[in-house]
Amino acid sequence: MLHIKCPHCGMRSQNEFSYGGDASVKRPELGKEISDQDWDNFVYNRKSLRGKHWELWQHLSGCRQWIKVERDTSTHEIFNTLKATEEIS
Amino acid sequence: MTQSFRLENTGLINRSKKLSFKFNGKNYYGYEGDTLASALIANGVHLIGRSFKYHRPRGFFGAGVDEPYAIVQLYRNDETEPNVKATEQELFDGLEATSVNCWPSVNFDVGAINNFLKIFLPAGFYYKTFMWPKSFWYKIYEPFIRKAAGLGVASTKHDKERYEHKYEYCDLLIAGSGPSGLASAYAAAKNGARVILAEDKARFGGTLLTDEVNIGNKSGKEWADGIIAELKEMPNVTVKNRSQVFGYYDHNMLVMSERISDHLPETKKFHPKQRLWYIRAKEVLISSGSIERPIVFGNNDTPGVMLSSAAKEYLKVYGVLVGKNPLIFTNNDSGYETAIEFKKNGIDALILDTRKDPQSEIVEEAKNLGINIKFSYVVVAAQGYKKVKSADIAKISEDKEVLGEVENIKCDCICVSGFWTPTIHLASQSGNKTKFNESIDAFVPGKSKQNEKTLGAANGTFTLEETLKSSFETGYELSKKITNTDNKTSFPNVVEKKSTVHDKFWCVPLPKGKNYKRFLDFQNDVAVSDIEIALKEGYRSIEHVKRYTTLGMATDQGKTSNLNGLQLVSKIENKVVPNVGHTTFRPPYTPVSIGAIVGREVGKHSKPTRKSPMHYWHEKNNAVFVDAGVWLRPRYYKQGNENLFEASKREAKNVRSNVGVCDVTTLGKIDIKGPDAAELLNRVYTNAWLKLPVGKARYGVMLREDGIVMDDGTTTRISENHYHMTTTTAQAANVLSHLEYYLQLVWPELNVNVVSTTEQWAGAAIAGPKSRDLLQKLFPNNDVSNEGLPFMGYMEGDLFGVKARIFRISFSGELAYEVNVESDNGNFMWEKIIEVGQEFKIQPYGTEALSTLRIEMGHVAGSELDGRTIPYDNSLEGLLSKKKDFIGKRSLTRKAFTAEDRQKVVGVVPLDKKTSIPEGSHLVKDSNAPLPNPKLGYISASCWSVEYDNPFSLAILKDGKNMIGEKLFVMSPLKNKVIPVEIVSSHYVDPKGERVRS
Ligand SMILES: [Zn+2]
Repeated sequence: MLHIKCPHCGMRSQNEFSYGGDASVKRPELGKEISDQDWDNFVYNRKSLRGKHWELWQHLSGCRQWIKVERDTSTHEIFNTLKATEEIS
Repeated sequence: MTQSFRLENTGLINRSKKLSFKFNGKNYYGYEGDTLASALIANGVHLIGRSFKYHRPRGFFGAGVDEPYAIVQLYRNDETEPNVKATEQELFDGLEATSVNCWPSVNFDVGAINNFLKIFLPAGFYYKTFMWPKSFWYKIYEPFIRKAAGLGVASTKHDKERYEHKYEYCDLLIAGSGPSGLASAYAAAKNGARVILAEDKARFGGTLLTDEVNIGNKSGKEWADGIIAELKEMPNVTVKNRSQVFGYYDHNMLVMSERISDHLPETKKFHPKQRLWYIRAKEVLISSGSIERPIVFGNNDTPGVMLSSAAKEYLKVYGVLVGKNPLIFTNNDSGYETAIEFKKNGIDALILDTRKDPQSEIVEEAKNLGINIKFSYVVVAAQGYKKVKSADIAKISEDKEVLGEVENIKCDCICVSGFWTPTIHLASQSGNKTKFNESIDAFVPGKSKQNEKTLGAANGTFTLEETLKSSFETGYELSKKITNTDNKTSFPNVVEKKSTVHDKFWCVPLPKGKNYKRFLDFQNDVAVSDIEIALKEGYRSIEHVKRYTTLGMATDQGKTSNLNGLQLVSKIENKVVPNVGHTTFRPPYTPVSIGAIVGREVGKHSKPTRKSPMHYWHEKNNAVFVDAGVWLRPRYYKQGNENLFEASKREAKNVRSNVGVCDVTTLGKIDIKGPDAAELLNRVYTNAWLKLPVGKARYGVMLREDGIVMDDGTTTRISENHYHMTTTTAQAANVLSHLEYYLQLVWPELNVNVVSTTEQWAGAAIAGPKSRDLLQKLFPNNDVSNEGLPFMGYMEGDLFGVKARIFRISFSGELAYEVNVESDNGNFMWEKIIEVGQEFKIQPYGTEALSTLRIEMGHVAGSELDGRTIPYDNSLEGLLSKKKDFIGKRSLTRKAFTAEDRQKVVGVVPLDKKTSIPEGSHLVKDSNAPLPNPKLGYISASCWSVEYDNPFSLAILKDGKNMIGEKLFVMSPLKNKVIPVEIVSSHYVDPKGERVRS
């Protein structure tokens, strides 16, 4: 079970969180023209990286905040966590 | 029977407490403090079971967790448990156990024929058998294997024991209470660290209980007892015996299984049987010790052949002799310690040492005691079938290839020591890359990956002084880092006998003309010849060899067999052991009961049960409940001998003709506040929300980004910046997360807050032509006329002194209202509605009637909004705004979603107007078409229409728009039904929706 540092609550066990996918995906702006290809990339296509990447988790059974977590998908090492509003550097 | 192998004065057992027990139906006695194994050996019982594959007789090999084959079926307090190791099971009064793997009995076993038909079960037996014709498998092999194989029988009864889970945090978790565990725990605890010290066995101390050492002028055991007593008194220390740390997971999380009641005849009242600890430790110290490894020789599985350390443990801890004429076969000094212990108790052992001329303090002591030693000697084979009767021994050449003349000597047990294998399972599980240590011929932990360190014998350190020194130091250093205090404990003086190097000898060659079975893995019956076959057949990777031969599998996990297996592979392959590598160590280190893993989440406790504030009224009024997610909802209210069908029909009819009331508390409710609330709704719902006036409700549909309908419900504007959203019962939690996702991550600029209020409001739906009359009586001060409170209107009211929210919304398709009050007033509201409603012939209705009402009205719900349908499929395309963008809108232009013959919801009526249509049935054009019959659609929901008094269903049908009036067939292969049907509009009753507006 992972140990995730919620930027609002501190270190908490994984079973308080729910996984939310790739944090680097940006939703296209509302009302803007977008090609089928770009829309498909947003809705369906994910890289499923091996190694370090940023992902979303929601602290569901805690503060209910969505957070960004930098994790290595093969070792589970967590390097950094950010609030939803903080930009990935 | 007398305990003829029990010593008078030796041992740590309590001789004043005699315990009776039964093994294979026979009565025996033992003492408090015995294990089942020690008590059986004390009674001279060495035949305990049959081996897995060849059904050869099996005895005891170890004295604890390392035991590969003394596995029994245990009976305790009217329950039975398989896979219990006799060496770990503590004796209690009335214990009963039987052998496994024997049929019909342990003494006469039909399966032993396998032993003579070896050809039948060579390496890869299972792989090869599966390849054989299928018919052979079912008719011949499976029944045979089922009868002959297996490690016991699981109970089929409900387990009445309780198992608990516990979450714990600590600075230092120490696995194992031998010298390194005790020293590091003591040093760290004295320095203020929060310590958990876990010991698998009942007694603390590990090898200190059996080794002749002196620490601080005390015996090893006295020193250990003193440390434990002191640790137990410290508030920052948790000391647990009978607790196995069996798994090392991510982020320094370890799981420990504590056996609280297994050693008692029955579990004490209010106590659990076992407790599973999830421990998050800042640092972990692995002090799991080492396991003696066997030397491989002919018939080395005969009962009476056992590890020399086990013989010593039986003697010193339990006061039990494993034999009275022992032969000790060793390649190092450890065997001598066992011989010395025998000698002290008046038993003369013969030592066979593979070494030529070892020089050490221990060897010297043995010589001085007059113990008979033969150097450069080996055991070629054990003789005797159900128990060792003699041994074939021979001198061995210096290159260890050539045997001298074989002679036979009498003995009743063979105690083997092939040096020590560090127990690195936990370290390996943590991700530590282990390395091979040439000098001890075994793997030891390498570079730490998590916050873990391995100490003492588990790290390949076999001298006590070095072990204690490094453990005191490590405990102190780690605790200093965590607690920032600097309280160093002094290091005690250690006296131990010096030993010399071991001989890297592990397998005795076969003498000419003999073909003895030489076993590597005792639990899985893997012999040297099996590995040779596997390699001959082309298996190279150690992982493949393992799976092909079953070496190191099952509950044993290769505790005694791993390294000898590797030695063999490396010898045949002409590689060095580190290049062969070892198989992956996976948790659990020892078997864990399913009960402990499941904990208390069993049966109805597997999920929480949520009840509405009106639940007890429903109960009192004969409600029959149904699970709706985690909620319990009334399905119908039973009157007299009514069944589900009759009751729901009555309830639904009463709604259509009078008035009914339904508990809708379970609907998800979300409070939405903020200046941008309308903008948020406008983005998440498909229809327009910016112009909804205060005091009005609107029906809305929300989509996922892929265009699939996520949920529907009504949202009401309570005041300028305050909205009350309802969701379906099932999607309540997902919708809240969905809103939070967009507010926090996608549109943080929106000034809106959302919070679940599902539990804050109790809801009652009042539906039927007389509902307005009832409402007027409930709220005499409100104008609830069609003008005062029109369809989709909202107002607040006073319900006999209780504040209420009144919504004019309808799910049943009738004139209907929903009244919400704070949850605490829910039951009051409900009772008032029933009381005042009497004159209007009010009846409560359950979910079954509710479904009937919505189905015949053609209102889509969960069975249509099933995560596979878009708005068009549900005839909700009228709610798609063309003027604005919303979540999922872009996906609706996808090709499949705009196809001309796109599926759509329709109504289905059987031609005979009698036959009920099973939900989930398929719709086809031709009921006799060859399979696979092209499927045009499926039945999503079925009811008995109370309006027309005939069956009616909703279906999602291909090209549904153009199918109205078509005749099709409903097919349910599951129910073996074919029903001719007509496709009609999904709006079967009141298609214009006049009633809700009346
Ligand atoms: Zn949090």
